[in-house]
Amino acid sequence: MNAILNPERRAFLVKSAAAAGGLAIGVRLLPDASAAGAAEGLTEVTHWIVIEPDDSVTVRIARSELGQGTFTGLPMLVAEELECDWSKVRAEYADVNEHIRRNRVFGSMSTGGSRGIRDSHKYMREAGAAARQMLVAAAAQQWGVEASELGVAKGVVFHTPSGRAARFGQLAGAASKLPVPKEPALKDPAQWKLVGTSPPRFDIPAKTTGAQVYAADVRLPGMLHASVMQCPVFGGKLKAHDASKVIARRGVQRVVAGPDWVAVVADNWWRANEALKALPVEWDTGEHGATDDAAIERFLRTGLAAAEVPVARKDGDAAAAFAGAAKIIEAEYSCGFLNHATLEPQCAAARVTDDRVEVWVGTQNGETTIAAASEVSGVPLDKVIVHKMHAGGGFGRRGPHQEYTKQAVLIAREMPGTPVRVQWSREEDMRQGRYRPVSIVKQRAALDAQGNWIGWHVRQADQSIMITIVPDNVKNGLDPINTRSFSDNPYSVPHFVNEYAMRNPHVPPGFWRAVAHTQNPFYRECFIDEIAHATGRDPYALRRPLLEKKPRDLACLDAVARAIGWGAPAPKGVFRGIAVQDSYGSYSAAAVELSMKGDKGIQVRRVVVALDSGHVVHRDAVEAQIQSGVIWGLSMSMHEDITIKDGRVQQSNFTDYPVLRLAETPPAVESIIMPSGGFWGGVGEPPIAAVPAALCNALFAATGVRVRALPLRKLGYFYA
Amino acid sequence: MPLLKINGKTFDVNVEADMPLLWVLRDELGLTGTKYGCGVAACGACTVHLDGQAMRACVLPVAAAEGRDIVTIEGLSPDGNHPVQRAWVAHQVPQCGYCQSGMVMAAAALLENTPKPTDADIDAAMTNICRCGTYVRVREAIRLAASTTPARS
Repeated sequence: MNAILNPERRAFLVKSAAAAGGLAIGVRLLPDASAAGAAEGLTEVTHWIVIEPDDSVTVRIARSELGQGTFTGLPMLVAEELECDWSKVRAEYADVNEHIRRNRVFGSMSTGGSRGIRDSHKYMREAGAAARQMLVAAAAQQWGVEASELGVAKGVVFHTPSGRAARFGQLAGAASKLPVPKEPALKDPAQWKLVGTSPPRFDIPAKTTGAQVYAADVRLPGMLHASVMQCPVFGGKLKAHDASKVIARRGVQRVVAGPDWVAVVADNWWRANEALKALPVEWDTGEHGATDDAAIERFLRTGLAAAEVPVARKDGDAAAAFAGAAKIIEAEYSCGFLNHATLEPQCAAARVTDDRVEVWVGTQNGETTIAAASEVSGVPLDKVIVHKMHAGGGFGRRGPHQEYTKQAVLIAREMPGTPVRVQWSREEDMRQGRYRPVSIVKQRAALDAQGNWIGWHVRQADQSIMITIVPDNVKNGLDPINTRSFSDNPYSVPHFVNEYAMRNPHVPPGFWRAVAHTQNPFYRECFIDEIAHATGRDPYALRRPLLEKKPRDLACLDAVARAIGWGAPAPKGVFRGIAVQDSYGSYSAAAVELSMKGDKGIQVRRVVVALDSGHVVHRDAVEAQIQSGVIWGLSMSMHEDITIKDGRVQQSNFTDYPVLRLAETPPAVESIIMPSGGFWGGVGEPPIAAVPAALCNALFAATGVRVRALPLRKLGYFYA
Repeated sequence: MPLLKINGKTFDVNVEADMPLLWVLRDELGLTGTKYGCGVAACGACTVHLDGQAMRACVLPVAAAEGRDIVTIEGLSPDGNHPVQRAWVAHQVPQCGYCQSGMVMAAAALLENTPKPTDADIDAAMTNICRCGTYVRVREAIRLAASTTPARS
């Protein structure tokens, strides 16, 4: 098997990523574009904040609303410092085109890695504080008083000695002409009034009435609809197709082909998709047409067998520890490919004219979208308009990879002026994912004569995502993301080595929600459970002293142990598992309580997750993310599995790629939100990490069966 | 030329008899609140009411819906104030929201037929997929809606 992605495909991906990162193509930026480019007719106090005469405050959002609450959380950070009336606050997307023209004034637009809040809290709070100071300065000028004599509350600036007061809407025009203070002082977190509460999320009402418009729902006059089929074998090409067989079908307008895809365009998506199914197509499947799971496994195993591989972390002298060990425990764990399966299948709409491109996309990164649209159309960035739509699920699928955006632009370019909406079928979405990578990990533990854990050897054979997206971030053969959980493990084991053997099959990988923190914590925390049982120790008690130097991990572990009642025996027939994992700047632990119904029926009775994210902005949204993370973890543990045969994905829909449903949801999902302050951690992904291991550790307690590969469904288990 | 009764109005649509109702709603009539998720009745994002029963529109040929009472998410209530919708807001159920039109329609049909559902009733009726994992809150919101809706005599 080829050890790396098809080079041509890789080059294509890299080009898009590079363009997205540096925005090096197509447009010359004005030297002082950020100051010069404010949209006319709006009272822009800072580039983040528009205040209208009616006192409405519009906060611009550079990140994307994927359901995690970023459209509400980021405005809360602004409003906290601005001291405006929360009922007057609205959120809108920062315009991507304006962002480019104003020299990337809105910072990162990337919405992944649980970074939405933690990477933008400072400049959003500073925007609020700066705007408040400008409003105060404007009032001070008008009233001829010192700014220090003025107070601000609920959108009103007041001067107590004279009894004067003015609303923000009355001051915004004058304030907007003043210089924006640099690095204004921010409130001490102890003074927060809004941050840490749970105001109703802005995006929810429209999501209960059908009014929310997703990219799939964009309808423009004269719009056509396209269904796309890409070569089912990754890296293959379109060899031939016969458009004449479908072009006369009712509603069909055109058949458009790309190098590795073909699309039918019609006046109704169902007609387009039915015609696509009837279209005779031949593929050149290239060099991977015979690859299957067994071949991929053999390839990964070369990484386990290799004599020397890159080392991600080394403490002490593991070789010596193993040489002198009284007992050695070893185990091999593995996981397969997983698909995001966003409920809105990938889609994008585009309208292309000679000198202008417009796209409507549910994107996790406006910058990768605008770069992709510009790259394939040849239209410079400043002539590309991106209409960011709330995404129908993201989970990492809609960030760096923008094939659907490119296809929409390429198809729309064939019929200038006509808007075209590309909608992948569910089957296409299942077979053309950017999958959570495969991996096999072998772990060994060295124990001394007293049973103390003194040595730990981790060898990962693993597919890199980073090499396909930002290859420069892969140094010395080490993927900096895929080694996490091992290379940054918090345990005080004196002799430790984490070896990493990169093995990249042809199946394209992607950032799948929580990324390496879906499989690596399962490997690590179940193996530690194995050590505990092999040495006759309690799994919780074994971990505690090894985490003494990591008080936040320990505090989360203690919190879930307390909540689940670890100190007392479980009721008869009830079994418990526990696990801990920090990730994305936050700390988390999980405990699971289950019963068995027969040999294979798992009744999950309770899941408790503790999360220390440092600060909490929107408390209820954090709880929602914990609940969501539990479902995600239980779903991947039991159900999800993408398999490869003849070079292609075998699954096609939710019928053969099942995901967790409501009836399988545990009766009790408990959140322990325990922000310890002083730092900003992520929330969207960290609650997932410890759940699969806690589940499988509880399963071992119940059955004595150690599960070392997911999903459980493959072993005959089910949620009873 | 099926004649369709949707949300109390009559539509004369010129489509093939086997076109699924979903694509008549979305691409012929512009009623995009009803979503496409799978096309094989597996996910429930396209749930509508057909004569008061929850039905998956992605596999329902439009000819089979002719003359029957079709209600979509846009027609569930005039102002978003159906008890299920109010409960959904009260419990802040949606995340990405893409599945929620179908969830709301399935829950509304459940409560119409079973005003005081047991947990088992909820599990059996709510087979819609939510990839964001809002199931905990879907359960809570249905219980709230059931408690605030007077049982029919």
